[in-house]
Order: sequence, then structure tokens, then C-alpha cells
Amino acid sequence: MTGDASRRAPGGRAASAPLMGKATEPTIFEYSAPGRRAWSLRTTGLPEWSAEELVPAAHLRAEPLALPEVAERDLVGHFTRLSHRQYSVDLGAYPLGSCTMKYNPKVCDEAASLAAFRDVHPATPPVGAQGWLQVLVELEEALCEITGMAAATLQPAAGAAGELTGLLLMRAWHELAGERRTRVVVPESAHGTNPASVTLGGYTPVTVGTDARGLVDRAALAAVLGPDVAGIVLTNPNTLGLFEEEILEIAQMVHDVGGLLYYDGANLNPILGVVRPGDMGFDIVHLNLHKTFATPHGGGGPGAGPVAVSQRLVDLLPGPRPVRVGDGYGFATPPRSIGRIHSFHGNALVLLRAWCYIKLNGGEGLRRVAQVSVLNANWLHEKLRGAYDFPFDRPVMHECVVSAASLKRETGVRALDVAKRLLEEGFHAPTVYFPLVVEESLMIEPTETESPETVAALAEALVSIAAEARAHAAAGEHQPAHDAPRTTPVGRLDETRAARKLVATFDARERPAD
Amino acid sequence: MNAPEELHYTPDHEWVRAEEGGARIGITDFAQDALGDVVYVQLPTVGTTVAKGDTIGEIESTKSVSEVYAPLSGEIVAVNSDLAAAPQHLNEDPYGEGWICAIAASAPDELESLLNAEKYRELTAT
Repeated sequence: MTGDASRRAPGGRAASAPLMGKATEPTIFEYSAPGRRAWSLRTTGLPEWSAEELVPAAHLRAEPLALPEVAERDLVGHFTRLSHRQYSVDLGAYPLGSCTMKYNPKVCDEAASLAAFRDVHPATPPVGAQGWLQVLVELEEALCEITGMAAATLQPAAGAAGELTGLLLMRAWHELAGERRTRVVVPESAHGTNPASVTLGGYTPVTVGTDARGLVDRAALAAVLGPDVAGIVLTNPNTLGLFEEEILEIAQMVHDVGGLLYYDGANLNPILGVVRPGDMGFDIVHLNLHKTFATPHGGGGPGAGPVAVSQRLVDLLPGPRPVRVGDGYGFATPPRSIGRIHSFHGNALVLLRAWCYIKLNGGEGLRRVAQVSVLNANWLHEKLRGAYDFPFDRPVMHECVVSAASLKRETGVRALDVAKRLLEEGFHAPTVYFPLVVEESLMIEPTETESPETVAALAEALVSIAAEARAHAAAGEHQPAHDAPRTTPVGRLDETRAARKLVATFDARERPAD
Repeated sequence: MNAPEELHYTPDHEWVRAEEGGARIGITDFAQDALGDVVYVQLPTVGTTVAKGDTIGEIESTKSVSEVYAPLSGEIVAVNSDLAAAPQHLNEDPYGEGWICAIAASAPDELESLLNAEKYRELTAT
């Protein structure tokens, strides 16, 4: 299937990624040779001192630190080879559910590389950084318009930092009212990080299950709500890719006991410009700019996790915040601020990329982003019917969750094997075994950035993997998927052994003698 | 899935074997199969008093982290410390070497509220 389909999926399929061979790349330490350097100060004319002349003997190391000693050419070769063994959003489709990995437009990177932005020190007084402040203020205003909130902090460094900020705001709000609430409700279908953030925020998470439709079980919610509940953390659409249709009723129930509603922005992508968390009754919203607003994600970060709040929480926001002052811009710290969450103004160059993305798309463009992401996910979902199980057979939002439970029973090929086999077809694997409420789950999010041809090729690959497994099972043959991936530079890793016998460091001194 | 006749079960997939001096606790064959390869087991502390339904431990597999709930109220009187070095016992022998802890039940009647093997098999049949 590779030949034709790769032509038909120009953006998404990476099966032709160039690789020179399957040899293992040694660690940088193994390239080390004594005295070799990637730099030289010999032509600078500067005098040289030895460490002994500058540092008192008591503070000197007895033995030199075992740092790798390599020439520049070898250093660049090593990291370039490693980079060529990586999958990335630039290389091909990255249908990782729950995490919105989408292509990052290069024009945003170009803006972030302009010296006028890049070379401004964050401590520059407002008078010398009016352009930067304008970007930050306009980004805050745009994010508030998109989410339907009153004001936002741009400081949090990423999603987890945003979640913690949101929970600290929740705590500060209740403490201001003289209340000490102890529990926060986290539905089973919430984003995976939520229970950990709730715990870090000093609250006890209380789980509420999912009903037969895949939505929050309202009867179970009613049973746990009470005066000790500080709030609820919700993702809408939820982690099953389903829209919580009764969100207004849920908001009413939580507000009735004095709790706040926290919106996890992980799944904002499919509702951009269509509905707003603020209109659903949310009090606190965090956004993952590296997901929804196409800034670099994962190892390519850093991320950014702004937190927007409703009017009654504005005075608690972290500060100082960039604000409009007359015709220009300055800083102001909210009167009851919970304090700083990040040095200076957060990951500013990421914020700049998101500002570019919003400006480039405009309101209509952002709405189109949402619509196409939902269309792609539903189209893909429907193509998988018959090959995989549909635990919740209803229209999805930006991602779909299917199950390999029947496939596993019939053929012995599990969700993990499907994911590994998909790598051989030139696609990044989807999320597997999450959400936990679905057995053998595959959680797939094609995003709006992939072309119809790529989504078709991805669907075809997933269907053919299931068909291949059933054909091999019927013939009583060994399953190729159990050995996958066979074409990648690194094959199937023994994840169990790696977890049971964890070795997290490399020590060159333990290297056996040649 | 294997569910021995003489054991008692919870809907959360723990098993209980009534023994002299304390009831032995573990997770079922169904649970270990659903979890996949177990890589770490967090055990309770001997001497801890627990109520039925309390979290008494955590099982981490390559897929997920799951909690173990006390099927009975009482005091933890023994734990299977071999699991620290050999978490695979939970997969290989869930009803034998993979036992998790023993509880001296303070309300032995609670045993009657658990599922018998037949009921548990019904629960896990797909």
C-alpha cells in the first residue's frame, strides 16, 4: 500500500523518511577522546589561567568531571543523526489523541526569530518594550474573547503549570470567603493530568464516573457534591472526544454548592469560535497554546498555559500583568494577586507565536480550524467502523476513541501492536490505553492540519492492519504486528523490562574496556 | 479467566482467601490481564488499620496505575515484600505468589458481602 498512498498523502505519511542504516547511534560519551574540543580561544589574544590559579584548592575537584570531549564536526554529526531518527510534526501526521499535535506554521517561527522581539531583555522598562507589551495585551484580549472570560495571565509555562495556577486561584477564592474546602471533583473522562494537579493544589480528588453515553454521570456527581467541594475540573469535549451536552446543568449543580468550574483547555481545538467556556459557566480556563494555537509542543517546546478567569476572580490573577495605560502599555499587579507563577512574562516567544497564529487566522479562520478538526475526526472514525469496536457510537468532536478489544480476542493483536505496526506505515502512533475507561483503547486525533488525502491514508493503514491481523489469525500464522516496528531505526522496545529494571543514567566510566 | 471456587471477590477485582489469623488479599487473573505487565507494586504498611474500601496500595503496569482497595476492614498483618523485586508474580501467579497482603478482619461478616466465584465470573464475562 506504500507506493500509491504515499503520493496521495504528501503531508502526512513519512514512510520515505531517509535513513542510512539500522546501526545504533552511540551516546556522545562514547565518542569522547581526551583533550578533543569543539571550541578554541587560541586567536582571541586573551591570557590563559589554569583553574588552580583562580580557585582555592579546597573547592577544586580531585578528578575532572567526566564530560564528553568531542570535536565540533563529531558533535554536529551525532546530534544531526539523532534528529534524523526522530518523528516530528514536520515529518508527518501525528494523530496523538488528548494532546493536539498539529503542524506549526513557519511564519510564526519567523516572527519569533525577529531580532526586534528576540533580543529584547525581559527586564527592559515598559517604555522600551511597547511592541512586546502590545503583543501580550492583544493576546490576552484575544484569548479572553475566544474563551468568554474577563482577564487572563500569560505566565504559566505549560498545561500543568496552568492547571496548578487555576487550582491556586480556586483556593485563594475560597480562602477570601473564609472557607476551607477540601475536595475537587474530577470526572473519569477528564484530562489525564487533572487528578495529579488537584493533589498538587492541596485538594483531594473525587472521581465521578461516566454514563452509558460517555458523559459525566450526573447522578454520581450529585451524590458527591457538598459544601466541602471547592470545584470541578472538566474537559469539554471530554477525553472520549464527546461534548458534555449537559454542561449548563452541571455548572448549575456545582455553583449551587458554592464550587467553581475549572475548564481544562486540552480539548479547546474543536470549539474555537463555536462555543465559549465562559458561556458554559466556567470560572477558570487554562489554554494550551502549544496544542490549540499551533506553537511547538513536546520536546520542541517550551509550551505556554495561560489561565483566563471570570470577572469575580480577576483581582486574584498572578502579576504583574501587561495592561493598557492611556495610549500605551505598562504593568499592573492585581490587588489580591496570588503572586508570580513564572519569571517575567512567561515563555514570551511562544506567546508571540500564538498571537501570530490568531492574527493570521482571524475569527473566521479559527472557527474553520474547529470545524475541519471535527470533520476530520468524524470522517476517520466512520472509516474505522467494522475494523475496530466503537465503545461510544455517536458523533465525536476533534478526536475519536476506538477499541481493539475484539481484535485482541480474535487475533491476539492488541492496541499496542496496532500502534507499533502503524509506525511501519509511516505514521506516528495514536494514544493507546487511555482513556482507562475503554478497554484496549486507541485515541486518534488527526487535527485540521492534515489533508483529506492524509486522513484517508491513515484510515486505510489502520483498517489494513486490522485486516492483516484477522487474515493471519484465520490462517494460524504468526502475527507480523507482534514484531512491529520492523522498519524503524529502533525496533520494539521491552517496555516491561525497562520499567522493572530502570537504568536512568549513563556512566562512561562503567564502559567495558575495548 | 481463572477464578478459583474457594475465593471471595470484589467488583473491583480483588480476591480474598479466608485463612487462620488473617485474610489473604490479591488481585484477580482478570485484573492482571487487563493491567498488562506489572512493573511496580506499592504495598501497605504492616500494622495499619483500614476500613473496607480504603486504598491500600497501588499497582503500576506498562499501561496504567491502579489502586488496590481493602476488601475487608481490619489490620494489615502481613505484606508480600517479594513483590518489590518481583512484581511479575502478580501476572504469573495472581492467586499464589502474587498475593499482596493479609488483613486480620475486624468485621468478619463483611466476607459475606463479597462475590462468590460464580458471581465474579458473571461480572467479568464479556
